[in-house]
Amino acid sequence: MKHQFDVIIVGAGLAGLRAAIELGEDTSVAVLSKVFATRSHSGAAQGGIGAALGNEEEDNWEWHMFDTVKGSDYLGDQDAIEILARDAPRTIYELEHLGVPFNRTPEGKIAQRAFGGHTRNFGEAPVKRACFAADRTGRVILDTLWEKCLQGGIRFFDEFQLMSLIVSEGQCHGVIVYELASGKLHTLHSKAVLLATGGYGKVYKTTSNAFASTGDGLAIAFRAGAPLEDMEFVQFHPTGIYKLGILISEAARGEGGVLRNNEGKRFMELYAPVIKDLAPRDMVSRCILEEVRAGRGIDGKDYVHLDLTHLGEEVLNTKLAEITGFARTYSGVEPITEPIPVQPTCHYMMGGIAADADGKVITDSEGTPFPGLYAAGECACVSVHGANRLGCNSLLDTLVFGRRAGKEMRRYIHTVGFSPLPANPEKEAAAKIATLMESNGNETGGPIRKELQEVMMDKVSVFRNRSGLTEALEKVRELKGRYQKIAIQDKGNCFNRDLLDAIELDYMLDLAEVITLGALAREESRGAHSREDFPDRDDQKWLVHTMFRYSKEEGPQVFFKPVTITRFQPKERKY
Amino acid sequence: MKCTFIVYRFDPAVGKEPRYQEYMVEAEPTDKILDCLNKIRWEQDPTLSYRYSCAHGICGSDALMINGRIELACQKLVRDFKTANNFVIEPLPLFKVIKDLVVDMNPFFEKHRTVRPYLISDEDPPEKEWLQDPENQKFFEPALACIMCGSCTAACPINRSNDKYLGPAALLRGFRYVADSRDTATGSRLAQLDNEDGAWGCKSMWWCTDVCPKSIPLTKSIAQIKRLIKEEEKRKTAGS
Repeated sequence: MKHQFDVIIVGAGLAGLRAAIELGEDTSVAVLSKVFATRSHSGAAQGGIGAALGNEEEDNWEWHMFDTVKGSDYLGDQDAIEILARDAPRTIYELEHLGVPFNRTPEGKIAQRAFGGHTRNFGEAPVKRACFAADRTGRVILDTLWEKCLQGGIRFFDEFQLMSLIVSEGQCHGVIVYELASGKLHTLHSKAVLLATGGYGKVYKTTSNAFASTGDGLAIAFRAGAPLEDMEFVQFHPTGIYKLGILISEAARGEGGVLRNNEGKRFMELYAPVIKDLAPRDMVSRCILEEVRAGRGIDGKDYVHLDLTHLGEEVLNTKLAEITGFARTYSGVEPITEPIPVQPTCHYMMGGIAADADGKVITDSEGTPFPGLYAAGECACVSVHGANRLGCNSLLDTLVFGRRAGKEMRRYIHTVGFSPLPANPEKEAAAKIATLMESNGNETGGPIRKELQEVMMDKVSVFRNRSGLTEALEKVRELKGRYQKIAIQDKGNCFNRDLLDAIELDYMLDLAEVITLGALAREESRGAHSREDFPDRDDQKWLVHTMFRYSKEEGPQVFFKPVTITRFQPKERKY
Repeated sequence: MKCTFIVYRFDPAVGKEPRYQEYMVEAEPTDKILDCLNKIRWEQDPTLSYRYSCAHGICGSDALMINGRIELACQKLVRDFKTANNFVIEPLPLFKVIKDLVVDMNPFFEKHRTVRPYLISDEDPPEKEWLQDPENQKFFEPALACIMCGSCTAACPINRSNDKYLGPAALLRGFRYVADSRDTATGSRLAQLDNEDGAWGCKSMWWCTDVCPKSIPLTKSIAQIKRLIKEEEKRKTAGS
């Protein structure tokens, strides 16, 4: 089936929906998503969205910018970070005017709370910068934007899996998608395509991410010629529920929660004397694992305690209601009286499709655009998060750059017409599905996925070294070989999860290879990338973005892009 | 430990009639029911279909029936049940089954749309935020926990006898905007809900509140709409 829209948006999380709202008034736009729109993983965001409103105490955007630069371990592009921090207050007021039900201060303003790495006056002390709606901030923003799209009559294609981009003569003009309910392929012809497909935490065994977070958009863009940037930077959030990876928001520490080792000691005081438990995530995750290595994990195991017992029932049941429920349901712990067992969990990908601050996908280190192709949100690397993202900057990123991508696409579509579709655009996608469905190979996806997630967790997570990374790379490539022989057992056309799992696994294998190659290439430690064999940051050699370009014959090819530095020169990063 | 899962199966391509299929699953007491379904699919029978995504009760994808009661598959653990490790898994009632445990949620979201689920204000927004009394925000805050999983509406006995009845989830969304001090369409919203297909359709059976996986006080929220309708009537009578 064929459809035509000015703009196709892939992904119905915050970045995609914000772009859709920007375009919807005067542009034909369709949003497609492999899950029903409100199931998008933005809805799982808990703690808050950062903006220097100064509602609770003095704050300004330049402090926010500095914190983000420092949090990124100086790898973030400062021109983009300036846009993020300056545009943050406007973004919050816009959300509020759309109806987002933020918590309030006694005088009725938007309430704010402390979050990791956010400080007053360039690092002096924690500052209350995170705007929030209890600990379901992502949920209420997602609902509000989705409902705004309903009001605006935006067309949704829910439960459609992205198969490929339609690219000819270096220009993107549509997508091929697979309808879950019918098994049919559809051609969506457009002038512009925005990829807003989110993260890919499912590459790892322990993750806070949804099953849908498999990085489809990135892998597809990569194969279509878009470079991937800074993929070795993978954020492990310090406080996932032990063994399960379900997130306990940083807001728990923002409200005063503390981490304790098996001696009951508040160990973050040693590692970050100024902001303690509110140090950035990369540091806190490393500190937890250092404590475990030193034999101070709880019961000699690989976890520590998050102690919220002193916060009181009122705070837990109101401002932290969701996570209090998660702790009760999944670890059988009563947070009012008992500490929660936590360990680092794969949470966020700093790397992504190389894009500029207007959402344009770029193809080289000079910023040459890929005409018709845009990216925003977690799947993009702008780069505002550099080597480590600060908490409550990701919701902000999706909204600021989702909107900007929408504006830029609106400008672009008036400069071009619809390019003619290539003959039989669905051919490649149809062949891929047929190959999987008709294969009589002797592999199934389940074990390959499991082995992939395990090796990435063991060798390419918080601490890395050359021998482990080399082993991981060999393993990933072996799995890619085995993937060629997988067979699908479900031959049906209706909600065929077996087929969808296999399609997603293909994408995850590609991304795992690039993450590992990036981690091997970068011989330094910066932000979330910590090499035991290169423990120091090396600004002389490595103050650059790692870029990988796809090559069918030779595998991913590395090149580098300079970091943009405007206001803040790199300094030692201490908290 | 060994658990028996008896799972509802239906494939429109294969036959008109549903059937039940039995699986043995080796599960830990701390496994979620969703984990058990995944084990069935990954290790035994990849043809089984069901929806899921976040796996921790926030995306709202995996509401279904476990042992005759509506639950989220990702929010119930094996140890939560005292049924001798036997589980019967069926799709949500009320909705049409598409395949196995996947149901057609379109009618549910159609009703959601009819309550105008967005802020309506005839005032120009200020430069900064609208001020809102924190007590007002707290008043409708319970409604914000809704994940649109459909459990309440599937459970509601009124919905089963009157397919025009909005149902608890859509009414809850209506309440959320009626109660929000920033919304200026309160009068027309209340008028829209002032009938048997709206708030008065609710006969306070409490089934919705009982099954809500987010513990939202649905019946009370619908009662708040009824109260506000009565207050609006009184105000109008007093004014005329």
